[in-house]
Amino acid sequence: MTLSTADPRLDGTFCILEADGTPRQPTLLPEDAAALRMYRAMRRTRVFDERALVLQRQGRLGVYPLFGGMEATQVGAVLALNPPHDWLAPTYRGSGTALAYGLPMHKLILTWRGHPDGFRMNPDQHLLPFYTPIANQLPHAAGIALAEQRLAAREGRDPNVVLAFVGDGGTSEGDFHVGLNFAGAYRVPAVFVIENNGWAISTPTQLQSAANTLASRGEGYGIPAVRVDGNDLLAVHHVVQEAVARARRGGGPTLIEAITYRILPHTSSDDPARYHRSEDAVQADHWRRHRDPGQRLRAYLGGHGLWTDDLEQQLVAEVEAELRDALAQADAAPGIEPWELLEHVFETPTPDLLEQQSELRALHEEGGRP
Amino acid sequence: MTAAPATRTLTMVQAVQDALAQALEHDDSVMLFGEDVGMGGVFRASDGLRERFGAERVFDTPLSEAGIVGMGIGLALAGMRPVAEIQFAGFLYPALEQMGVQLGRYRHRTQGRFSVPMVIRAPYGGGIHSPELHSESPEGLVAALPGIKVVVPSTPADARGLLLSAIADPDPVMFFESIKLYRSARGEVPTGYAPLPLGQARVVRSGHDCTVLCYGGMVEVCLRAAQAAQGAGIEVEVIDLRTLVPLDLDTIGASVQRTGRVVIVHEAARRMGFGAELSAQIAERWLPSLQAPVLRVAGWDAPYPPFTSAEAAYRPDARRVALAIRRVLEF
Repeated sequence: MTLSTADPRLDGTFCILEADGTPRQPTLLPEDAAALRMYRAMRRTRVFDERALVLQRQGRLGVYPLFGGMEATQVGAVLALNPPHDWLAPTYRGSGTALAYGLPMHKLILTWRGHPDGFRMNPDQHLLPFYTPIANQLPHAAGIALAEQRLAAREGRDPNVVLAFVGDGGTSEGDFHVGLNFAGAYRVPAVFVIENNGWAISTPTQLQSAANTLASRGEGYGIPAVRVDGNDLLAVHHVVQEAVARARRGGGPTLIEAITYRILPHTSSDDPARYHRSEDAVQADHWRRHRDPGQRLRAYLGGHGLWTDDLEQQLVAEVEAELRDALAQADAAPGIEPWELLEHVFETPTPDLLEQQSELRALHEEGGRP
Repeated sequence: MTAAPATRTLTMVQAVQDALAQALEHDDSVMLFGEDVGMGGVFRASDGLRERFGAERVFDTPLSEAGIVGMGIGLALAGMRPVAEIQFAGFLYPALEQMGVQLGRYRHRTQGRFSVPMVIRAPYGGGIHSPELHSESPEGLVAALPGIKVVVPSTPADARGLLLSAIADPDPVMFFESIKLYRSARGEVPTGYAPLPLGQARVVRSGHDCTVLCYGGMVEVCLRAAQAAQGAGIEVEVIDLRTLVPLDLDTIGASVQRTGRVVIVHEAARRMGFGAELSAQIAERWLPSLQAPVLRVAGWDAPYPPFTSAEAAYRPDARRVALAIRRVLEF
């Protein structure tokens, strides 16, 4: 059984490169240096994702949500931002977005170890933390963008833009609708990207809604929407760049539905064999082998004499060296005392928190014995 | 040239409005919003503020409590001081997810990188024969969420001073305003920017026979009960908690250890109400001082009745408080 390369999910999506790397829209191709820079950034995140699963299996990371296969959407979108000024609201599957934005790799490792330092984002970066409750950060994104709009008006400058991600399953949450509705009503500088990867753990996208496309929801909020081939980095980057530019000049928010595929398990604890029907497994395999975002851009670059196997090996070696350093740095992070969990509840701890902290500390200093 | 008067007489809702104006004047990052806030709010708490401070800072929102709180969190993350109004405390439920999993957790989740200095104001409690869900007292629900302070003033002066502190606080504050007191409570309030510290209870009336713990709309009810008891030769100490989080255990403890008898009064349903927490704290800390069981006078464990049908039977009144005082004294 074979699937046509024209997957019906991709009908009507914007793309610049065909799946085999052939330019469909040659006039929209970026300059060579930009294409190379974006390819490097995208490959870096995929190498991280592959190594992260190995680390998890070795017991060196906790449960890890994989994004491999979706990196063109994550990296292509984030590279349209101007960090550290523009804001990024990632999902928990957004390790690739955070890396592309500038989260140091050792912080990412600490995050997936549950070490509090991992979530202490750099104060100079407008990067929100990963979070588990689905779609909660979309209303925050609308609020941040409203603040940026008002601050920019006061200071007579262009606003910083907020880029927020959500999955296809997340579009069923109330906060998806709330966030988009507020963003549309106040016409704020925000860009919302739906990473439509076909699955919400075991629930396929077609069970999330009777709407023909998830992008069609934009119309209900007065927000222009576009569907893009999410495995075409150049296409994702192009549409997000346009949306960011419109937001910055006061044109309001944009909704982007990026069609990609979750070729990997939901997390390191998940096994899709438990819920994939045989046709799902065939589809996943098709996306894995014929629609890989890295292969697509690499085929284009290689065909234009911009990339070679040697350069590829060199790049992978560089990322692996970066990862080794990051691991060493993460391993050197100081341990956490149990009573530190009572810190940062309020800026100034209340008397009852101090009391409980002493109680917990005493329990541990006595070695837990009565 | 005459000096401006140091105080003036305002109702509770006028005091709230005055505090909002003071805060907008004091800090240009303060923003006021909610349903119908732009036109002054259904209780007129923001009357005239849009005209005075501009629609960029005082504005209406789409009709979504989850959105009001969620957007407010975003405003705070980006450096603003959002003050959100939820039209009635009974409408908080759609916002509880944002409050429970985002508002109170940002500072902890990011180990201090992000904080949410946001205030959510909501009229709460009954006593004015409202429709269903317009008389709720969800303060215990909110007090159960980590990382959120909870304030419930009982006088115009406290409402004004505590609201100024809440808006200046670096952490999220839920601010419950008694609907019953909005226009019935009048009192002297200071002029100028005069915040009152959070976390300090107020001994409204001293007495050595029994301690009554209350807040918000129940303080006047407890004072009436205390006056009635005085006629029978019983001296009741009435403590207005003012803030539930943080809780002033020092003031509570000093009183409980002196009187040995405690009655707790609130409008919220008894089961899992804030009185349960108070009662447990008292038992854990000062059991040897107690001479009687701690009693709670509260709403019943049923939904608050709409309009006038059974409100008087649901909402604690001075007679029920007086009966409880007698029971702890006769134990």
